[in-house]
Amino acid sequence: MLKRTPLFAAHQRAGGKLIEFGGWEMPVQYSTITDEHLCVRRAAGIFDISHMGEVIVRGPVAAAFLNATLTNDVRKLVVGLGQYTLMCNEQGGVIDDLYAYRLGAEEYLLIINASRIEADVAWLEQRLAGVAQRAEVSLTNMSDVSAAVAIQGPKTPGLVDQLFPGASSGGTVVARPSELKKNEIAQFAFAGQGVCVARTGYSGEDGFEVVAPASLIEAVWEAALKLGHPFCLQPCGLGARDTLRTEAGFPLYGHELDENTTPIEAGVGFFVALDKGEFVGRAVLAEQKANGTKKKLVAFKMTEKAPPPRPHYPIWAGGSAVGAVVSGTQSPSLNNGIGMGYVPPECAVIGGKIEIEIRGRRFAAEVVKKPIYKKA
Amino acid sequence: MSTQVPADLKYAKSHEWLRVAGDVGTVGITDHAQHELTDIVFVELPAVGRKVKAGEACAVVESVKTASDIYAPVSGEVIEVNKPAADDPSLVNSAPFAGGWFFKLKLANPAEAGALLTPEAYKAQIGG
Repeated sequence: MLKRTPLFAAHQRAGGKLIEFGGWEMPVQYSTITDEHLCVRRAAGIFDISHMGEVIVRGPVAAAFLNATLTNDVRKLVVGLGQYTLMCNEQGGVIDDLYAYRLGAEEYLLIINASRIEADVAWLEQRLAGVAQRAEVSLTNMSDVSAAVAIQGPKTPGLVDQLFPGASSGGTVVARPSELKKNEIAQFAFAGQGVCVARTGYSGEDGFEVVAPASLIEAVWEAALKLGHPFCLQPCGLGARDTLRTEAGFPLYGHELDENTTPIEAGVGFFVALDKGEFVGRAVLAEQKANGTKKKLVAFKMTEKAPPPRPHYPIWAGGSAVGAVVSGTQSPSLNNGIGMGYVPPECAVIGGKIEIEIRGRRFAAEVVKKPIYKKA
Repeated sequence: MSTQVPADLKYAKSHEWLRVAGDVGTVGITDHAQHELTDIVFVELPAVGRKVKAGEACAVVESVKTASDIYAPVSGEVIEVNKPAADDPSLVNSAPFAGGWFFKLKLANPAEAGALLTPEAYKAQIGG
């Protein structure tokens, strides 16, 4: 039985086409992927991301515990600030990529991938069992009682100010949500209850993510659609979420990232703080940062008329198969095939010529800088 | 916006249509299929001269999300392909029964068309 988010009925009302995604029944699109994608680039879109997991880590040694478990340095977080970070195994392989927000002096919110909730919580609990001051840190999996939406696009600041009018009551101190800066988070009132609003997203556009009690999210969704009318807000599905993040060059767990791939190989070494002291996977990641890796993630664009690249298609360079595509699509913004894939480091050169094998034929492509699409 | 199922065509369960004129059959995908696929971004057509059997995968249509095989509804030899649809795949969305056709077959066995679905049977299949 597929899991459903608290917005399932809302998706049906909005005409969403529902598909299976990581054990969840989720909307892939309401109108078309291209239409929703372009709406987010030009105006505003709202996505159900309630399938994602929320974990609260609290206590005097919460920061020390997280710093020994995650790759980025949580000591950089003041209250009301978040960071992208990764959780690795001892081999440096990625268990999950996530956002860590500091909600209070000794309270952190982790936003984790839907497909990784069980693996992450099991890993965190196992790590927790080894903490000397075990009583000084607690872990609460809020995934079943929390829900979330992403509101993305250049017109969203005006919309969130109407959706959550007034000053914040926790986190970053602001007079209105649009005063939040990138990666800042704060609590606002909605229908007499508290919701968390963070200025972040997965689309490559300005935008916000809203985490709310599961019982409240449908009211947030409906209010956003109603107030969003003058902002040209559309409900958007996982299809557009995927094309938007691919254009932005953001990794998706299960594609760019898995337990056999390190953050260094995936090109997210910026979020690995080797200088913060010991953490899981550090030895391998330090060695790779110093001496390089056997594979590297590259972004690419097709340079001739070709079918859209797709995951698992072979990548060729210099007459031999050197790697494989992990994400690929027809870019709605560029109207051109784009993707990401793993190749040996000598092929990971911006401007380098590669070929993508599609149904037995090879088509010309070029390694490009991320983001693959950037507004002029 | 109801789905079109023209009365003068035959249909395959896999959502292709066939228009027979003499010993030539024109093949495309249905309005229902293009609506389900949405945003067609690539069409790969068979080589002219290729002999195909009924049910054989011989073309590919790609949306943003997926690639789907197109099957020959009947056996025959490919005698013409719709290059304008390969150049502008959105024709398959906008005119699935007209400018968005895929290929023409010289029918090997015109009686095969009789085994295809009638418009009524196809409508029933797609719940229209």
